[in-house]
Amino acid sequence: MPYALRYLLLSLLTMALLGVLYPLAMVGVGKLIAPHAAAGKPIYRGEVLVGYENIGQAFTSDRYIWGRPSAVDYDASATGGSNYGNQHPDLLAAMESRAETLLAAHPGLTREEIPVELLTASGSGLDPHITERAALLQAGRVAGARGLDPQDVAQLIHEQRQTALLGLFGPDGVVNVLQLNLALDALDQSVGAQ
Amino acid sequence: MTTEILGVGFIILASALLAWPLGTYIAGVFRGDKQWLDFMAPLENGILRTAGLDGQRQMDWKQNLRALLGTNAVFFTLAILLLLLQGYHPFWNPNGFANWEPTLAFNTAVSFTTNTNLQHYSGETGASYLTQLMVFCWLQFVTAATGMAACALLFRGLANRESDKLGNFYSLMLRSATRILLPISIVLSLALTATGTITGFDGLTEVTTLEGGTQLVAGGPAAPMVAIKQLGTNGGGFFGPNSAHPFENPTYLSNILENVAILLVPMAMVFAFGSYLRRRRLGLLFFGVMTVLFVTFVSVSAYQETVGNPAMHQMGLATADPNLEGKEVRFGPAASSLWGVSTTSTSNGSVNSMHDSHTAVSGGVFLLDMFINAIYGGVGVGFINFFVFVVIAVFIAGQMIGRTPDFLGKKIEAREVKIAAIVAIFHPLLILAGTALTSYLQTRNPDIGWLNNPGFHGFSEMLYENTSAAANNGSGFEGLGDNTPLWNLLTGSIMLLARFVPIIGPLAIVGALAIKKPVPPTAGSLQPDSLAFGTVLLSVILIIAALAFFPVLALGPLAEYFTL
Repeated sequence: MPYALRYLLLSLLTMALLGVLYPLAMVGVGKLIAPHAAAGKPIYRGEVLVGYENIGQAFTSDRYIWGRPSAVDYDASATGGSNYGNQHPDLLAAMESRAETLLAAHPGLTREEIPVELLTASGSGLDPHITERAALLQAGRVAGARGLDPQDVAQLIHEQRQTALLGLFGPDGVVNVLQLNLALDALDQSVGAQ
Repeated sequence: MTTEILGVGFIILASALLAWPLGTYIAGVFRGDKQWLDFMAPLENGILRTAGLDGQRQMDWKQNLRALLGTNAVFFTLAILLLLLQGYHPFWNPNGFANWEPTLAFNTAVSFTTNTNLQHYSGETGASYLTQLMVFCWLQFVTAATGMAACALLFRGLANRESDKLGNFYSLMLRSATRILLPISIVLSLALTATGTITGFDGLTEVTTLEGGTQLVAGGPAAPMVAIKQLGTNGGGFFGPNSAHPFENPTYLSNILENVAILLVPMAMVFAFGSYLRRRRLGLLFFGVMTVLFVTFVSVSAYQETVGNPAMHQMGLATADPNLEGKEVRFGPAASSLWGVSTTSTSNGSVNSMHDSHTAVSGGVFLLDMFINAIYGGVGVGFINFFVFVVIAVFIAGQMIGRTPDFLGKKIEAREVKIAAIVAIFHPLLILAGTALTSYLQTRNPDIGWLNNPGFHGFSEMLYENTSAAANNGSGFEGLGDNTPLWNLLTGSIMLLARFVPIIGPLAIVGALAIKKPVPPTAGSLQPDSLAFGTVLLSVILIIAALAFFPVLALGPLAEYFTL
């Protein structure tokens, strides 16, 4: 048997094991042991799929806490970042215009204090998180738009705060914008029902 | 902030602690010791027997090299055919992706055959599930295993006493896949699934957003591929933004798992060297030299990212905040820097932040990491690259004390040093020639439209792309519009040369060393496991990298830094 053929057989056999059997088994077992996580942690409201826990969404309405800017406008079928270097004129212009939008919407906020994650786009374009500080500064605006008590909104943000892993590792005090806004909608409904 | 630094320390420590026992285990696999995974033997033997390959025959370096090149040539041929014909298969292609353009197929087939995983395509918009699994996932195993087998041949050559037999490539390659990479990948894949890494075949799903819009979300069998992408220093992401994408790396916990997986096998190969040759002290010394550089690079990069983007601060915006453009809040600047240094050290190439948007100094650190390309390095080949530096350091140390140098009881003579020097110079040659060519074309035709960034940073984008190809790394300053025939063919050729020349050269060296008569140690012999030799080694690495690359670093990252 010529060596080219032997190598072809070796390739096809390893392909069957490592390129077909391994991933299929991992998908099968993964779905079995963690079905919700394997599906990407989908969130349903009634029958409707309203999002995935870790996939950010675009929020521009005054009724919602805003998340990070996205270079792909939160298109989860063609993701990515801006890939701008630190001095890119378009990056600086984008940050300036984002700052102006934020300052106009949040009286009392100063340029120096704007949290950086609200000025910069994430690498994936789908970052679901902002810091607790960035959420709190929006509490007044959201409360106003919804006719809620700003204290209640701030309280909700505190409840949504995620600590570092085991309290030890990684960023401390971030909030998931989608989950926070879902909780806001729920709060609204319960207030409306009363 | 404190917790972010703790997280970085934890990842480095956990990787090293897990790599130690794994190194001993890998040495056992290479030696063919009895192991609990021996139940795999019938499967491995069955594969080799069906393919008509003799896994027992002891072969010299040239026979092993022929086996390595032959199998890899077939891997490449199969890969490029499957890419060119992607549109024809009726299943595992829910989004109906078409055949690939030929230069892109060439580049990508080379990229995955050489364990580089440079991606001029974007996973979710160009690759069918069949392509992702049967081409990419498969190659991520067998090419990593190819590197590990080459390294096993090198270990054997260093251990041999007057025998030219280095072992059997087929068996070493297959068992590196089935006994090292596969078992760890299974554990990691399931763990990643549990953290929320997407694991299914659902294609695009439609989300109704809270504001009433529609969001199309791409899914897929990402977890098994992410696992082997990290463990085999492959780095090819399932989605475009790689491990910045929340479906590839959803939480800080998954980030810890993946970052440890990047470092694990490369670190373990250094310990495997010590265990295989029963020179654990020497293995530790090598590990120490690498770790000094690694920790320094992480500290510099993390500091720069945490301080933030000076251009933004000068505008009076977010003046106390870090640089978060291209980064995810759930990882933060420190863990993004650690990942960047990990991925460029180990020739992995996956990213959890966009390297293009890192600060100038961080970008320079990532480049320097790939210039050296031997701080732990790619699985197997990283240690082989490091071995080249060791040969040169032994030679220089020998010159200092005025005698023919020997290493592990083998005389290092002119031929070995010449080969090592050629391999060491080849790496900068590829990078600088590629960068010079592309810079020239860019200057001749400024409207060519490759660059996403003006000025010095634009130069860095081209430098980074060539460096990443030559280091078989695969990460990128992704702003570069690199899916053009020129970039596809250029980086494809660089990847091929950069993969196989540094395997052939060192194998030729150990092929020669293996048959040499051992020289008895004397009072004048070089003590390789001494601090003095460690210092010489560190200096050699820095001098070679600095001399060859300082001018381009000055034109790109340093110029950018000083004009900020």
